[in-house]
Amino acid sequence: MKEILIYGRGGQGNVAAAEILATAAFEDGQFVQAFPAFGAERMGAPVRAFVRIHDQKIRTRSQVTNPDILIIQDETLLGNAKVMGSVKKEGVIIANSAKKAAELGLRDSATLWTVPARQIALEAIGTPIVNVVMLGAFCAVTGLVSLEAVKRCAMARFAGAVGEKNAQAAQQAYDWIKKERE
Amino acid sequence: MVVLSQKSASLLHMEVLEGSRAVAEVVKRCRPHVISAYPITPQTHIVENLAQMVADGELASEFVNVESEHSAASVCLGAAATGARTYTATSSQGLALMSEVLYNIAGLRLPVVLTCANRTLSAPLSIWNDHQDSLMVRDAGVIQLFAEDCQEAADMHIQAYKLAEDHRVLLPVMVAMDGFILTHTFEPVTIPTQEEVDAFLPPYQPLHYLTPKAPLSMGTWCEPDKFLEVKYMMHQAMEVALTLIPQIAEDFRRHFGRYSGGLIEEYRMDDAQTAFVAMGSLVTTIKDTVDELREEGHRVGLVKIRAYRPFPTQAVARALEGVERVAVIEKAISIGGVGILAADIKSALYGRERPMVGTFIAGLGGRDVTKDSLRWIMERLEEGATLQEFVDLNLSLIGDDEG
Repeated sequence: MKEILIYGRGGQGNVAAAEILATAAFEDGQFVQAFPAFGAERMGAPVRAFVRIHDQKIRTRSQVTNPDILIIQDETLLGNAKVMGSVKKEGVIIANSAKKAAELGLRDSATLWTVPARQIALEAIGTPIVNVVMLGAFCAVTGLVSLEAVKRCAMARFAGAVGEKNAQAAQQAYDWIKKERE
Repeated sequence: MVVLSQKSASLLHMEVLEGSRAVAEVVKRCRPHVISAYPITPQTHIVENLAQMVADGELASEFVNVESEHSAASVCLGAAATGARTYTATSSQGLALMSEVLYNIAGLRLPVVLTCANRTLSAPLSIWNDHQDSLMVRDAGVIQLFAEDCQEAADMHIQAYKLAEDHRVLLPVMVAMDGFILTHTFEPVTIPTQEEVDAFLPPYQPLHYLTPKAPLSMGTWCEPDKFLEVKYMMHQAMEVALTLIPQIAEDFRRHFGRYSGGLIEEYRMDDAQTAFVAMGSLVTTIKDTVDELREEGHRVGLVKIRAYRPFPTQAVARALEGVERVAVIEKAISIGGVGILAADIKSALYGRERPMVGTFIAGLGGRDVTKDSLRWIMERLEEGATLQEFVDLNLSLIGDDEG
């Protein structure tokens, strides 16, 4: 089972990201669970959402406190040592940042990937909403979910041009990571 | 890239839905004539979905907007008295406000079905989950069924109507599902078709109902020489429900191919020395923990309480026979008392060879109950836990680090 923590700020579509990722993984044939850590969430306050992906029925419902994959939607949250340190040793962090991972010099135990999701979103969507963009990067880094499924589910979640633009932006983030890997 | 598995057969007829949406989809297929509700977190998504379905013309129900939960329950009472199938949903303070009417609905023998998206009660103000709300109306004459996951929550509503409307029962049924933990979780569920639900759940045939054609009175004055008998009959109806709940679950299995009912569920209880007892969504995490503890050689199991009222005394006693230690995990507290669920469990075991029963207060006001919490409970139990323990209690918060 893979456990994913999406860490962002209220208004960044964290819960929608969890829903889209879970639905996409389900379309790929996996069992899934997605839920938010609801609190006194306001615009801008740190928000957590969780996804579990497994090849069999998922039972455990406690919050994800030791994720395999951590998605950081907002660069300003990279300073949260507690969340950054919660990732499994062999885990992965995918962060929205224009800086290279090495420049951030944050930790060495988990592989840190950065993607300039904000720029991609501004260019492709026209707003700095990076949730679906980060899912494109997630697909490229982890291979756990297919990009096609994420794009399809994003277009189902957001009707019309917004969905299409988000799918394009996810593709760009995916390509960006693939290029980095070469 | 990992190779993506072929979608397993069990996922084929499923879709990923939020728990609240799954319940709304199923309630819609039960064709309630009247829905009335007042918004309260975390229940709101259920009735928002239903209101949308009515507005879109997908559901031919009368959706009555009201100014309070007291009114919502009263609308259901009145509508049910005229022979209508009714539905409402609420949480926490909303259920508290409904409680006066719930006693009347039960006493009038009206088969209202409601969902309680479990949330604690103020103060302090908390929107998060525990079972304090449902347990508050324990004695009202409302049948209470607790769901483990979104599928069970959805399926229980179909069974709830069948149970409530059975002429031998005629009592309100409340499906309890953990607020946020189930209402706001997206997971794969199977939503039955309208035809499937219609084949299982026939239209409501009221035994008595208000109509100008044949006037009758409901809720009349009751002298001391008759009141006890009315309560006795309600209790008898609960006893009948004890028999009907498993029968309806079997019938449901025949129609839908899933077992989503029954009084209790025993999980790995063969040869178990230690048993967890719990209700609601927490049992999912307990099942995984039991598997892990079993692998480590602990003889541990779980008894899940699905029907809380009527309480399955005999089934619980049988399930716990021969067990040495029992940890009753309470997501509610009787302040000044020792366990609400534990009182029922101990009562079921009275007069038998009794295991040690520990009461563990856990998960109040949305506190996460983790596998570590559950391991701690088992350790405390094996050490000989005291009468009542508080799980994950942080004494440093109240300046009492020494304990």
